[in-house]
Formats: sequence, C-alpha cells, structure tokens
Amino acid sequence: MEKSVLKRIISFYVEGFKGMTTGKTLWLIILVKLFIMFAVLKIFFFPSYLGKFDSADKKQNYVSNELIQRAK
Amino acid sequence: MIAEIDNISLIDWSRAQFALTAFYHWLFVPLTLGLGIVQAVMETIYYKTGDEFWKKTAQFWMKLFGINFAIGVATGLILEFEFGTNWSNYSWFVGDIFGAPLAIEGVVAFFMEATFIAVMFFGWNKVSKGFHLTSTWLTIAGATISAFWILVANGWMQYPTGMVFNPDTVRNEMGSFWAVAFSPVALNKFLHTVLSGWIIGAMFVAGISSWYLLRKREVKFALASIKVAVAFGLIACFLSIWTGDGSASQVAKQQPMKLAAMEGLYEGGEGVNLVGAGILNPSKKEYNDNEEAFLFKIDVPIPKFLSYLAFGKFNAYVPGIKNIIEGGYTKPDGSIALSAEEKIARGKLAINALANYKTAKADSVLLEHKADSIKNALVLAAETENYTETSEGDTITAIALTGDELFAEKKAAVHAKIADSRQQLKENFAYFGYGYIKEPKELIPPLGLTFYAFRVMVILGGFLLLLFAFATYFSYKNKFETKRWLQWTCLISIFLAIFAGQAGWVVAEVGRQPWAIQDILPTSAAISKLSASSVQLTFFIFLVLFTVLLIAELKILTSAIKKGPQINENKN
Repeated sequence: MEKSVLKRIISFYVEGFKGMTTGKTLWLIILVKLFIMFAVLKIFFFPSYLGKFDSADKKQNYVSNELIQRAK
Repeated sequence: MIAEIDNISLIDWSRAQFALTAFYHWLFVPLTLGLGIVQAVMETIYYKTGDEFWKKTAQFWMKLFGINFAIGVATGLILEFEFGTNWSNYSWFVGDIFGAPLAIEGVVAFFMEATFIAVMFFGWNKVSKGFHLTSTWLTIAGATISAFWILVANGWMQYPTGMVFNPDTVRNEMGSFWAVAFSPVALNKFLHTVLSGWIIGAMFVAGISSWYLLRKREVKFALASIKVAVAFGLIACFLSIWTGDGSASQVAKQQPMKLAAMEGLYEGGEGVNLVGAGILNPSKKEYNDNEEAFLFKIDVPIPKFLSYLAFGKFNAYVPGIKNIIEGGYTKPDGSIALSAEEKIARGKLAINALANYKTAKADSVLLEHKADSIKNALVLAAETENYTETSEGDTITAIALTGDELFAEKKAAVHAKIADSRQQLKENFAYFGYGYIKEPKELIPPLGLTFYAFRVMVILGGFLLLLFAFATYFSYKNKFETKRWLQWTCLISIFLAIFAGQAGWVVAEVGRQPWAIQDILPTSAAISKLSASSVQLTFFIFLVLFTVLLIAELKILTSAIKKGPQINENKN
C-alpha cells in the first residue's frame, strides 16, 4: 500500500514534467541560472570574506579589531 | 585601515550592487505575491461554480505566474552572497538575528511553496478540485510567509530590537524572538510591502487584459479577469493607505531623520504641514546654512497633516534635520533628544568600551596563564625533596602566598575592568554606530532621492487608487469594454505600479543612510575591506546577467500573452 502511494507520487511528478511545454524552457533557464550562481559567481566572485579564517575565534577577533580600528 | 582603500567608492559601488540586485529581485516578487492571489481567487470561483471558463482563466494566469516565478526564483540568494562577501562585518555583527528569520524562511516557507507549487501546476485533473485549490492557496501562503521573514530581517535593520550584544563574540544575539518577529516596524513593513505586491499583481492582470480588449480578442476572458483584478486592486490600495500611514508613524518614531528627509524638513516644529509636491533648492548645501529648502512647494491642503500622520496629533512636534542634529527637543516618550555630537561621543564611548573589554579579557587570559605557570613551577619545586625538608620550603610557601596575593590583586583589577567596560558598552550600545561618524552632516541621507522617491510612490499610489476606482466602476457597470482610454491607462499603469513599488524601496533604504543597522552600524563599518574595482566588476556581471534573464522572461511572457488563454468563448 505504502509502495503504491510512493509510486503514485513519483508518477505524478514524472507525468507532470513530461507534460510541460513552456515549463521545459523555464527549467532550462532555472538550471543555467543556478549553475551560474553557485558554480561561477559564488565560487569565483562571492567567497565568504571571513571564510579565510578557520575558526570562529579568529573571525570574531578580526571583526572586533575592524570595528575598533575603523572608529579611529 | 579602511581609510587606506578607496572607502567612498567601495561603499558606493557595494550599495549600488546591492540596490541593483534588490531592484531586480523586486521585479519578480510582487508579481508572485499579487498575481498569485488573483489566480487563486479565480480558481476559487471555479471551485464554487464549477464553470470551466474560470478554470481556463485561472490556468492562463497561473501560467504567467509560473514564468515569473521561474525566472525570479533564487535571485534573492544573490543578496545573501553579497552579505557574505561585501558586507562581512555586518553579517558577523548581526549574528543569529538575521540568520533565524532567513533560516525559517528557507526551511518552512520555501519548502511549503516548493511542495504545493508542484500540485498547483501538475495536479489539474489528477487531484480533487478541493485539494488543488488548497495547494494553490498554500503556494501563495508560502510565498507570503517567505516574504514575511525576509521583511522581519529588513525591519530589524530599520529598528533593531529584541537582541543582546555579546562583546565576546562581537555578535548580536536573540534576546526575544517575538520582539524581533513582531516588532511594529517589521509588521508594518510586511503588510505595506505585500500590499504593494498585490497592487502590482492586480495592475498586471488588468493591464494585460486591457491589451486583449484593445486588440478586440479574448473579450469575455479579459472582462472577467478585469472584474476580479480591479476590485482586488482597489481593496489593496485602500489597505495600502492604512499600512502606509502605519509605516510613516513608525518611521517618525524610530527613524526621524528618514522622515525629515522624506519631507525635506530642515526646521521642524509643532503642527507641521505635509509637502504634497515640491522642488528642492539645489543651492542648499548645508543643513545649517540660511538657504531656503525649496524652490517651490505645495503643501497638502489639510493643515498640520505631517504632525497628525507622524504622531496622531495635529499639534505634535516633528523634528527637522537641523533639530535632530542639534537635539534638545522633547521626544514622544518624554525624553530629551541628544544632539548628534552627544550621540557621537556616546558611540565612541561604546567602541572604546568594546576595545577595553577586549584588552581586559586578553589580560585576564594572560594573567591566568602566568598564575598557572608560576603555581605549577612552585608545586614542582615543593615536591622536590630538598626543598620540603629544609627551611627553603617555608620560603617557597611564603613566596607562593605572596604570588597568589599579588595575582589576586591583579585579577581583581582586570575583572573590575571587564565588568566596567561591559557595563559602559551596555549603557552606550544604542549609539554604537555613531562612534564611526566623523561629522554630524554624515547623518543626513541623500535628500533629493529620498524626497522625490517618496513623492513618486505616494503620487503614483494615489493615481492607482483612482484608476482602480474608475476601472471597478466601469467594470461592474459593464462599460469597461468601450472605454479605450481606460484600457490604455491600465496597460501603461503596469509599469507605473512597478515603478511605485521600486520607489518605495528607495525611500526605505536610501532614507536610512548612513545606517546598515539603524544607529548601531553604519555602512562604513559594515563593509568588507575589498577593492572597489572587484565590486565594480561583479556589478557589471550582474547587470549583464540580470538583463539577459529579464529579456528571457519578457520574451517568454510576451509569447505566452500573445498566444492567449485559448478559451472558446462562444462555448459558454
């Protein structure tokens, strides 16, 4: 019984995706967009600035120094 | 030092990049929120009547909703990338205050949206009508809840509340989740912003339907869609006036400088008029020079209206820019406003207290370390037979005692310094950000942009209210089809509604400058130490990427609109 529910859910999605018209183009755009965002922009242009510090202690030391120094 | 890099250029480019991303993101979000409700109402009519015409009508608008949703999805994540890269001090400083709402948004709202959207698109004729309708409404509810948490995070930046600053981690920690989630600023912001989305969605449906009427096609579909959209738009406009009033009142209480900039108000007073329209005087360079603020202005005919809108009393005192900088006036809570100089001094006290706290903490660790080292050495020595059985053992015990006493004194002094600096930080934390302000005039946001954007938003909002009122009247009198001027106006007004929404964001975000977090962190302290050229590069990458995506959306959207709903109108 449980298996048949799972099968029905899978077939619901499979048939839904198969029946798409404009949706196929949209999915292509979504996938290309996500690839550009995560595989290109995030990695090459938007690394975490504090990611260069390997511990929370170093991050908080860096930020506190910055916050103190910038007021001078 | 930040001064070593081109600070102004870096801040400006980083802000421009954030603004570009937010503008772009805000093209899609309001349409999702507004169009979603319109299509759900249409599907509800189908559910109630069983009329296949309404099913086809809802399906067409759902298709346009899907195109918009697909192109817009995940564009908001770019803003989060920018937080981590360009605004790293800010990201660290806000801690879990920002993280919690965004995490809830991601987990609850997004998954709710993502689950039910599949049923909404794939479920026609596969699930029951009731389940499908429920899924449609839950998709829209998910999108709206998602917007709520994002706006809670934004609301906190405008009115930081419900948090405790931890000097050890240099982060703000959640003191009261409910104070953050249901702050009056966040609630008003959520309602006003979502309603602006409803107006844009309603205008979109009315405008596209008018295009069909102008081309004399899909007439029945267009007229039926317009009936739903314009009534919905009219309700949204009225509610928007109510929430706009609430927002203005919150701005008056929490961000008086923003209100003064929105009004071009340099000298405040009791019973202040609201400026309806005006042209700012470009010769006015300083807040305290003797130049007039306006070349020309028209006040709203209701006297003392700004005082009333701000504080609910026609004679209430509204401070102007000069008053806020000079201080000394009585605030609504009865306290006396500090001058900018005093706030700057208290901000510097807070930052010095943080520095002292950090130093004292480091001293404390060092002292503990030293004490432990000496104690260990003495214990080791005491354990040596030669010392324990001679008089030197007594000497060492005495030395150890003296050492302990000496350290006890030093430790007490350091602990007192820790407690004092922590207390000083706590007492002055509300002004922490002022410690980065060099001159009081830095506290004035870009006046022209804030002033004009506010007028654009309000005037266009008023225009849209009238338009929806006319359109509702003619639509329900069955005369809309013959009013070509109204059809043209509705079509053009799609862009005006979008423009009004964007102008609203300009008021909210430009008007709160120089703050990243109101009073606590200015953009100059929030920004990462990057080169301006690297931010310029990513700005233009985004510009190209967004333009390509926008062209793709417009192409797919216009193609779907040209194709039309393909309803056999003679059938019914």
